[in-house]
Amino acid sequence: MTNSINELQNDATAIFLIGTNTTENHPVIGYKIKSNVRKNGAKLIVADPRRIDLAEMADVYMQFRPGTDVALINGMMNVIISEGLLDKDFIENRTEGFAEVAKVLEKYTPEYVEPITGVPAEDIRKAARIYASAERGSICYAMGLTQHSTGTDNVKSVCNLALLTGNLGKPGTGVNPLRGQNNVQGACDMGALPVSYPAYQQVTNPEVREKFEKAWGVKLSPNNGVTLTAAINKAHHGELKGIFVFGENPMVSDPDLQHVEEALDNLELLIVQDIFLTETAQRADVVFPGVTFAEKEGTFSNTERRVQRVRQAITPRGDARPDWQILCELSNRLGYPMNYSSPEEIFNEMRTVTPSYAGITYERLEGKGLHWPCPTEEHPGTPILHKEKFNRGLGLFHAIEFKEPAELPDEEYPLILSTGRSLFHYHTGTMTRRAEALDTHQPDNEIQVNPVTADKLSVADGETVRVVTRRGSIELKARVTDILEENVIFTFFHFSEAAANRLTNAAALDPVAGIPEYKVCAARIEKI
Amino acid sequence: MINLTIDGKEIQVAKGSMLLDACKIAGADLPTLCYDPELRLAGSCRMCVVEAKGRSNLLAACVTPAENGMVIETESPDVVETRKIILELLLARHKLECHTCESDGICKLQDYCYRYGVKDSRFQGEGPDIYKDDPNPFIERDYNKCIMCTRCVRACEEITGARAINVEDRGHHAVISTAFNGNLADSPCVFCGQCVMVCPVGALTSKVSARKGKSYQVDKVLTTCTYCGTGCTFELNVKDDQIVGVTSVRDENWSPVNRGALCVKGRFGWDFVTSSDRLTTPLIRENGELRPASWDEALDFAAGKIKEIKDKYGSDAMAMFSSARATNEENYLAQKLMRAVIGTNNVDHCARL
Repeated sequence: MTNSINELQNDATAIFLIGTNTTENHPVIGYKIKSNVRKNGAKLIVADPRRIDLAEMADVYMQFRPGTDVALINGMMNVIISEGLLDKDFIENRTEGFAEVAKVLEKYTPEYVEPITGVPAEDIRKAARIYASAERGSICYAMGLTQHSTGTDNVKSVCNLALLTGNLGKPGTGVNPLRGQNNVQGACDMGALPVSYPAYQQVTNPEVREKFEKAWGVKLSPNNGVTLTAAINKAHHGELKGIFVFGENPMVSDPDLQHVEEALDNLELLIVQDIFLTETAQRADVVFPGVTFAEKEGTFSNTERRVQRVRQAITPRGDARPDWQILCELSNRLGYPMNYSSPEEIFNEMRTVTPSYAGITYERLEGKGLHWPCPTEEHPGTPILHKEKFNRGLGLFHAIEFKEPAELPDEEYPLILSTGRSLFHYHTGTMTRRAEALDTHQPDNEIQVNPVTADKLSVADGETVRVVTRRGSIELKARVTDILEENVIFTFFHFSEAAANRLTNAAALDPVAGIPEYKVCAARIEKI
Repeated sequence: MINLTIDGKEIQVAKGSMLLDACKIAGADLPTLCYDPELRLAGSCRMCVVEAKGRSNLLAACVTPAENGMVIETESPDVVETRKIILELLLARHKLECHTCESDGICKLQDYCYRYGVKDSRFQGEGPDIYKDDPNPFIERDYNKCIMCTRCVRACEEITGARAINVEDRGHHAVISTAFNGNLADSPCVFCGQCVMVCPVGALTSKVSARKGKSYQVDKVLTTCTYCGTGCTFELNVKDDQIVGVTSVRDENWSPVNRGALCVKGRFGWDFVTSSDRLTTPLIRENGELRPASWDEALDFAAGKIKEIKDKYGSDAMAMFSSARATNEENYLAQKLMRAVIGTNNVDHCARL
């Protein structure tokens, strides 16, 4: 997030949610948004293919066709420009590339966008006016915006919207991705990415590489690595021979599980380090038992870049070991000694090569934690980014044309399938399916179907049906609900026995980010 | 500023301050049941009554603005007698099951009865049996212990925004209820347990923690939640090296993101930690089956195979999926292991999934 979470409760006067079912996936952030709307009268705009809980209290709700995000946002920007609601000073002083964008936006009138998105032109106008005329407008999004073959374009589009209206660098504004996993921000910050060392320092930059070679005392590869989705493909081709899976479960979380299964079985070595014998661990050659958050010391970085302490409450179960110790043991055996006495010592080494964390110490994290960037031990941390200028200096507009999703419905597969999360489960269910109360409350997957579609198929609420795509099929209960449109169906990806990712499309990836198009693939429902 | 005297102490407070705040500044410890600093004032329990010189009635300090020249007594004989009667009235409807109660030791009613020496109630009578047998797996609703402070109703509306419960009926018959007195699962309840957090007695408790340990038997360890990216902090309750519960920290200096508010996963979804399914020993595949192995055996095996692949196909034939669930320190080591030790930048994690 460019801004901090509590600003959504206290500072924002308008909030635009797109592709985030906040009350289910980030419930505590959802409470804050509700509170701001109810207590302070903040305006709320919700754009989502499902009429989610927050849509019920929105000033404008736009139920748009999955995958038409760029068209919708371009439509809003077209209104903002044509009605003169743009922040001219901000555009002039803080941005570049506006002219090109304005040119592309010309044709995206609300009337042009309405048939693409299914959103009435008047609602697009209303949404644009509310966001653009707000004193402090905040945009929040999650995987609903990013998990598309145009994910990067979608994110650039919401950035355009914020730049156009000057909604950056002030309390209650910003472009705010709500990240789905406890430390996904930190894993990125720490360089668990194929193209960057910690703090997004590029592996292809010779100066950077030299710094790390010096710090670590070895020669380093100058080549970008492969992303997770590409690694699975390479394993499938036989080009990649060994994968070390640490606390992940690709056999439930990755697209097209048939393909993942074949890829993992094709490997010469699969190492899995986890707390349970996950669907992935069951295929491993060797399994290391790691520990949960309750059994170790360390830090997590949340979605607002706040670094906070994790503290050990109980001893590791059985012979399980804290994950950092396992990694050190393995490194020692590979001929590179790693002798850390504690996570704090690792943290202190990390911050010497990670400028944005350089000023953070365990001692300073007691209490409220710190937002990075925090370059020195005197620095108070940075809850709001881009206050005076952007990292590159001027904020860059990107002219983006709308592109259709990779796999559109047709006669054989007439429905659009989207996948996501439930309030009661988390990711691949490894933890929540073993949390007794959560799994008792929601033990099964479901496919959400509009009543009209259900009626056409003679499917009753609660009836077990088969959902089929070009990749495979699963059987699960139908839940008939009018929160989605007739041609859209939705399911959760937590349940390995009815795994949504048997259905999803591994061939449709965003060309820049490599993110799979989980929010759109063509499907049909069959009666059993 | 406003000047007033509390228990003989002259103090100054900002205009608009309530007497309760003024008393706190003066160092007086007023008992409260319905008062919660984060919630709308109810002024209903009257436990915080104080005596003001020259006023015929006792004043509920939580809802009475401080005024210039007030002379306040917080533990005068009248005040104490009134609090005792209030406690007796509350006890008349509160089922005394302290020996089996999950809130034993953190119950405000228990504390105040102890403080004022109230052993039982003179107001005996027929009380309605209002235990709510609600089959949800998260929240126990024993309204036979409810004192009608309405903190749960206000927390549900003001903190969570769910508006699942409200007061049904009036007077002696008043009870906390969902619409049409149904189960929570059929209401807008999201099972966040904010109601459990604010309940001052044992009317609302966690079913997941039930009978696992009383408040004074557990150690509390402040940490950060393992689920979504919001970064809520809470206390893990530990007894005999087991997690037995999660409690909120409402001080924003220690719970800066969530101020004690949690969701159903954070508050009720922690028992996977001690699941009998946990992996407790390394495993190695032999003849197609995974079998237990020692750490040395497993680590040697893995290191040997990695070296073999590296020698035969080069470093880029290895890849690692690191973990968005693991700590920063572990992710730093994971990418360092791949880059500095194995020699490839093939390291990623499921940020995109």
